[in-house]
Amino acid sequence: MSFLRDALLVAGKDLRIERRSRVALQQIIPFGGVVVMLFAFALDSDRTLLHQAAPGLFWAAVLLAVVLAVGRSFAIEEANRARDGLRLSGLDGGSIFLGKAAAVAVELFLLEVIVGAAVVVLYDVSVRGVVVLLCAAVAATVGLAATGTVYGVLAGGLRARETLVPLLVLPAVTPVMLGATRSFQAALDGIPGDAWPWVQLLAAFAVLAVAAGTVAFGPLLEEA
Amino acid sequence: MLGRFPALAGADLEVETGEVVLLSGPNGAGKTTLLRLCAGLLPLRAGEAEVLGVDLAVEPRRVRRAVALVGHETFCYDDLTVAENVRFVARATGHRAADADDVLERVGLQRVAHTAHGRLSQGQRRRLSLANALVRKPRLLLLDEPHAGLDEHGRAVLAEIVRATPAEGRTVILASHELDLARRLATREVRIVAGQVHAVPAAGPPADPVVAEVEARA
Repeated sequence: MSFLRDALLVAGKDLRIERRSRVALQQIIPFGGVVVMLFAFALDSDRTLLHQAAPGLFWAAVLLAVVLAVGRSFAIEEANRARDGLRLSGLDGGSIFLGKAAAVAVELFLLEVIVGAAVVVLYDVSVRGVVVLLCAAVAATVGLAATGTVYGVLAGGLRARETLVPLLVLPAVTPVMLGATRSFQAALDGIPGDAWPWVQLLAAFAVLAVAAGTVAFGPLLEEA
Repeated sequence: MLGRFPALAGADLEVETGEVVLLSGPNGAGKTTLLRLCAGLLPLRAGEAEVLGVDLAVEPRRVRRAVALVGHETFCYDDLTVAENVRFVARATGHRAADADDVLERVGLQRVAHTAHGRLSQGQRRRLSLANALVRKPRLLLLDEPHAGLDEHGRAVLAEIVRATPAEGRTVILASHELDLARRLATREVRIVAGQVHAVPAAGPPADPVVAEVEARA
């Protein structure tokens, strides 16, 4: 219980900071919207292609926003050496990981809702297979947040953090990009049966990422 | 080791419960390194270190829960208020969030309790560091240049906290360059020169000719 309570404490702290600073609201979410809009301008002449590519473009926008959200999550720990404060608290590394990953996941959910609405409007997409879409989005988001948080702490103490995080995170989350795009494609095409295997892949990735992060985060926090 | 350089090689220091030990010495001598080591923030690469009877190399997390460090940085979040920062530390270290109010009153920060850390002056930040340290109810309080940035009232608060040390069953190790102020608080002084710890007589400069020679070179 204390493990989960500590994770909630860290998540609450991160979300409160984001609510105050409004970086997620005023920078990360608009960034996702801008990416989606740029794709709409680029492919506007071919509405069929835009419609077909909508799931991939949506997840590409989310993926780019993940890099910003993770970078921000660890930037707040670098200011005033707050990271040392976390270490001094004696909190278990696993609970810090779960808390930080949960906060990133909440921000990503919010981003997905807003960017998803923009995709529906700009790309003329009709929403079908809502249950599959929701399951895929939850599994993909947890996987992205967990993987991003592990690599975020790895690069956290380095000067090249801003450039290193995307280099590390983007290749590592390729299975999520693939699974999320395919499952969304199948659901939107009205064949949810084809989506479930991809959702299972996403769920397996999420479980592995959370388990690995819970174990590895503590030592990484010490060494970074 | 700090990077590729050995730090505190051969250093030997024993502190009794209830003591207030002043670490003095030139810049770069290893005072901050020693304090961060005692706080469990730096790994012990060689030798032995026990803090409060706990082997630092084996159980650094247990050491961290029992000590508090007031360092050069506040370890706080700019977008959280003073009260939120202290409450977070209290809850993260297994204490009641309500303890934060008492501690803020003790260090004289209740008036700015709802001000964001990022808007505090240097002296207020220093007091907040003290509050964060006290709310943990540490058995060992480590103070790194605690007088820096503090006004007269802040220094009086600090003195009151340090002087209450024996009654509260706490031990204090402080590193300072403001020796006149620090010596008034300390029960003992040791001088660190080039990573070596040397006892300082009750009055006057270090008598050890080796220390004098190393200091001259430092």
